[in-house]
Amino acid sequence: MLETLVDAFPTLALLAYEPPGWGANLLRGLVNSIQIALGAYAVGLIIGTAGAFGKLNGGPVTRDLLAIYTTVVRAVPELVLILILYFAVTDLVNQGMVAMGYARVQISGVAAGIAVLGVVQGAYSTEVIRGAILAVPAGQLEAARAMGMPPLKTAWRITLPLMLSNAIPGLANLWLIATKDTALLAIVGFAELTLQTRQAASSTKAFLTFFLAAGVLYLLITLVSGVIFGRIEKWARRGQRGSGAGS
Amino acid sequence: MTALAKNTDTAQTEAIRIEGLHKSFGKLEVLKGVNLTAHQGDVVAIIGGSGSGKSTMLRCINFLETPTSGRIVIGGQEVVLRPDGQPANRKQIEHLRQSLGMVFQQFNLWSHKTVLENLIEVPVHVLGIPKAQAIETARALLARVGLAEKADVYPAFMSGGQQQRAAIARALAIEPRAMLFDEPTSALDPELVGEVLGVIRDLAAEGRTMILVTHEMKFAREVASHVIYLHNGVIEEEGPPEALFGNPKSERLQQFLKTVG
Repeated sequence: MLETLVDAFPTLALLAYEPPGWGANLLRGLVNSIQIALGAYAVGLIIGTAGAFGKLNGGPVTRDLLAIYTTVVRAVPELVLILILYFAVTDLVNQGMVAMGYARVQISGVAAGIAVLGVVQGAYSTEVIRGAILAVPAGQLEAARAMGMPPLKTAWRITLPLMLSNAIPGLANLWLIATKDTALLAIVGFAELTLQTRQAASSTKAFLTFFLAAGVLYLLITLVSGVIFGRIEKWARRGQRGSGAGS
Repeated sequence: MTALAKNTDTAQTEAIRIEGLHKSFGKLEVLKGVNLTAHQGDVVAIIGGSGSGKSTMLRCINFLETPTSGRIVIGGQEVVLRPDGQPANRKQIEHLRQSLGMVFQQFNLWSHKTVLENLIEVPVHVLGIPKAQAIETARALLARVGLAEKADVYPAFMSGGQQQRAAIARALAIEPRAMLFDEPTSALDPELVGEVLGVIRDLAAEGRTMILVTHEMKFAREVASHVIYLHNGVIEEEGPPEALFGNPKSERLQQFLKTVG
């Protein structure tokens, strides 16, 4: 069956895992993409949680700084941001290293990618989480306050879990955006899925085959993510009535 | 001190004292200097029309509202305020709140936790009571308010009356020095009011100190040892329930009692 398919579309053989197939390259790219997406998403969630609490409870200076951050990052195209952050930040780090008497370092592509996309994700997460916190019923927070629960404990044990059910749909969106934004890192030469695909395609001239294959891989990420987020949402909505977790 | 001597005479210990309490929201002065003293075992009912300041007065006791001026003394301990009226010491406020069980009009149970989890949350995670012990206490309390079978149910799947009884049990779980009730039956359907009042009545009977803001005049007359009628942020009349309801002196109170039936 597989062989007849390969007979009909000979370029499919190029997707084989072993050379001369390019399958291993594509999978390496996929792993890199997922690695960066996971890292950037985690960084984004940390920035977003801190940013949301900062925007809601911080002093005027904190609030202003966070407003500048979310506005600028959400205003500038991500591709431009990636170029700015990638080249400017690595340059800055190296100038700092040289100034302090150290040798220049080669910043790893994964670390740079996570940092850059994480900063972008953080700006969107801040707004998603801020909105979700505002939707937490004030009475439940007041109940915690009235029983003498300290603010940080209230944030961790009451606000965050209650906020999560409001935030999950928005955060699921951000995850999908994170997986696809990794493709933008191709422009700085990072060997994620899109760049690997382009290299394989241009070497073999089998453009349709490779880009379709990459499309299928991205689709698979999305489908698996959908199942995982569905479960998380169901868990986050525990205790709510008529809460069939969204698809 | 003479006041102390008097207290020992009657074997009464002061639980809550409010002196000269003022509270403004912007330009609106909601409380214009009110006083209240509750001894151990007292049940003080605060009644009054909407906007009279009765809920605000209750919420000032545990600093859910910050008084504009005045003194709040809980169990002989005075809350230290900064010149701007804010509590000087957050820890002191938290400690004080842990000795006051508050019950809200809207129940305010934590919706992501089961009833049992609601009851052990503060005992275990704030007061540091061992979990097994907290669960034992919680189950006993649930049995007392008639919710033994609801321990593992989420609040949203219970009636308003059940939720409010669970909320009372949650407040009792921190073993408070006094209970504060903020219109505990106002959000309930009429047929559910009785079960909640029954629980509060039992608490009064066992000698708990309680401050109760309520619209239920009959109930206030029945359980209260002292009734305060608040009008426009001033205590218009106060005294034992028989006197206040049976023979109201102020014209406003007479009118109020007529309108609420």
